[in-house]
Amino acid sequence: MSFRRGSASVVLTALVMGATAVGTPLVVDQFGLLQLTVFAAMCILALSLGFVWGYGGILCFGQSAFFGLGAYTYAVTAINAGESTLAALLAIVVPAVFAALLGYFMFYGRLSDVYLGVITLSVTLIFFNLMNSTAGDAYRVGKARLNGFNGMPSLPTLNTPGDPGRLLDPTETYYLVMALLIIVYVGLHLLLASPFGRVVVAIRENESRCELLGYDVRLHKLLVFTIGGGIAGLAGCLFANWGAFVSPNVFSLTMTSQIIIWVIVGGLGTLVGPIVGCLIMQYLATELGSQQLANTNLIFGIIFLAFVLLVPRGIVPSLRRLGARHLGPAGAPARAHE
Amino acid sequence: MDLAAVLTLEILNGIATLVLISVGLAIIFGMMRVINLAHGEFLMLGGYAAIVATNRGVNIWIAMLVVAPLVVGVIGLIAERLIIRLLYGRMIDTLLATWGLSLFFVGIVTTIFGNTVAGIGAPLGSVGVGRYNISLYRLVLVGIAAAILVLIFIVLRRTRLGLIARGTMENPDMAAALGVSPPRVYAMTFGIGAALTGLVGGLLAPISGVLPTVGAAYVAKAFITVISGGTAILAGTAAASSLFGSVNQLLTYFTTPVIGEAGLLTAAILLLRILPHGITGKLFRGSL
Repeated sequence: MSFRRGSASVVLTALVMGATAVGTPLVVDQFGLLQLTVFAAMCILALSLGFVWGYGGILCFGQSAFFGLGAYTYAVTAINAGESTLAALLAIVVPAVFAALLGYFMFYGRLSDVYLGVITLSVTLIFFNLMNSTAGDAYRVGKARLNGFNGMPSLPTLNTPGDPGRLLDPTETYYLVMALLIIVYVGLHLLLASPFGRVVVAIRENESRCELLGYDVRLHKLLVFTIGGGIAGLAGCLFANWGAFVSPNVFSLTMTSQIIIWVIVGGLGTLVGPIVGCLIMQYLATELGSQQLANTNLIFGIIFLAFVLLVPRGIVPSLRRLGARHLGPAGAPARAHE
Repeated sequence: MDLAAVLTLEILNGIATLVLISVGLAIIFGMMRVINLAHGEFLMLGGYAAIVATNRGVNIWIAMLVVAPLVVGVIGLIAERLIIRLLYGRMIDTLLATWGLSLFFVGIVTTIFGNTVAGIGAPLGSVGVGRYNISLYRLVLVGIAAAILVLIFIVLRRTRLGLIARGTMENPDMAAALGVSPPRVYAMTFGIGAALTGLVGGLLAPISGVLPTVGAAYVAKAFITVISGGTAILAGTAAASSLFGSVNQLLTYFTTPVIGEAGLLTAAILLLRILPHGITGKLFRGSL
């Protein structure tokens, strides 16, 4: 019963997202559409952490490492290959492989939660420093100059697979990113409903019990981490493609803390939560950026603190609890799945 | 010969820097099991305190050794009272809350001082070693790092305060039963850790300059050192700093600083794969 209720709400959410995707270009101008494209790309990034942290129970503070790696992989490959299909694929594969490698050391070393957080954070910061220092002609991969802190401008954007001359226009890119967002959202839900996903959630709830039941905890965590890395890489690829630009800021502390805030604000242990959190905070960041009223870091810091101290569950789970209290137990969502 | 001497000094310097930037964090983590993600911002605040005081005409040594630790110590006490205290025992929430705190500090300092580098000149000159020049101030830093470690050892081992702190760390309930108030000990520990961090921030300001986001440059190294060190505050910090400081400086010398930093991280990840509880989880067990 709980499973059906869960899948009904997933289908509903996916339909709402689909309707939004199709409907918005009719009412929004080109600028708004570009804005929505980057919001959707960021939502995919938020989903990747929502999955790894909220369901896998892996405290990853370095999701932006995979995001940035995806963006840079796309940039370098697209410049060298002169077409985007291979670049987009590599932008998913390279971060996933890197996540697998890093995850092997962390999970098979049986590091605890907090250590994971600190190590992933450190990896991100080292990437940030590394990319910042690649200024100058010496640092190039094939035809692509890395350009250090200046970033890599005018990247080739996505083209129709097999036809490098035919670039996607902004509206097509928007549809593509929205479609990918829905695919990732539904795909993650399907994954979580599978036996594999059940075990992953069980490991989050009680690691030693799962181990005693004979499940390979380390392997499951490694796979979750790898999938999360790949999804973050996809988001990075879309982000690089959106602005036709990538700079070391994709690895910065600001970037990585933003992802954490999206998930905290939206709610851990849901997939809608990170999307909601991401949209709210992105909107806020854009407004703050254009109004110059107060420093964005300052406001984000206060929101972050307020949520950890006052609304530790995040918006979506809190609303659900509120709803459940009013509707009675029948309205309570199944926790294991949703 | 001269090269060997200079290289040795470089390595000593690298070790001392690691000891300095991680010691405050090590105290707070070792005693309270709280990972303070605002550690880098405490360093940054110490740097600004020293620079502002020096520019107002305070003697540079007083600014670095007195003003910076006082200011940051007080900030640490306030943060402990308002935020950390509410979250004891919830390690991950503390981690997140201090992250929020770190963003808050970056934001507020950017608002006040602007997003530009501030700096003061390093005191003392340099001495010649054969064909090379060595900054005297960097030598002083090595001495200060050693002095801080010795001081912490004496306080923890020889004083009543240290005894109470170690007892509370070992078993808070028992300490409370014996009439010690653990919250007060925690508050004091956090304050002292913050003050030490502020002191280091002040000391590093002449070398690296300060900018609102400078914390990020230190914080990764500090965390890696503390976590690889393990539970023993002194032995762990000293051992991990020696190892990583040498790796970092040697790689930096022969390649670039960034490769040095990446090498440090790789060494740490390999080390934690072999010793998941840090160096002192296996070696030097039971040391301070």
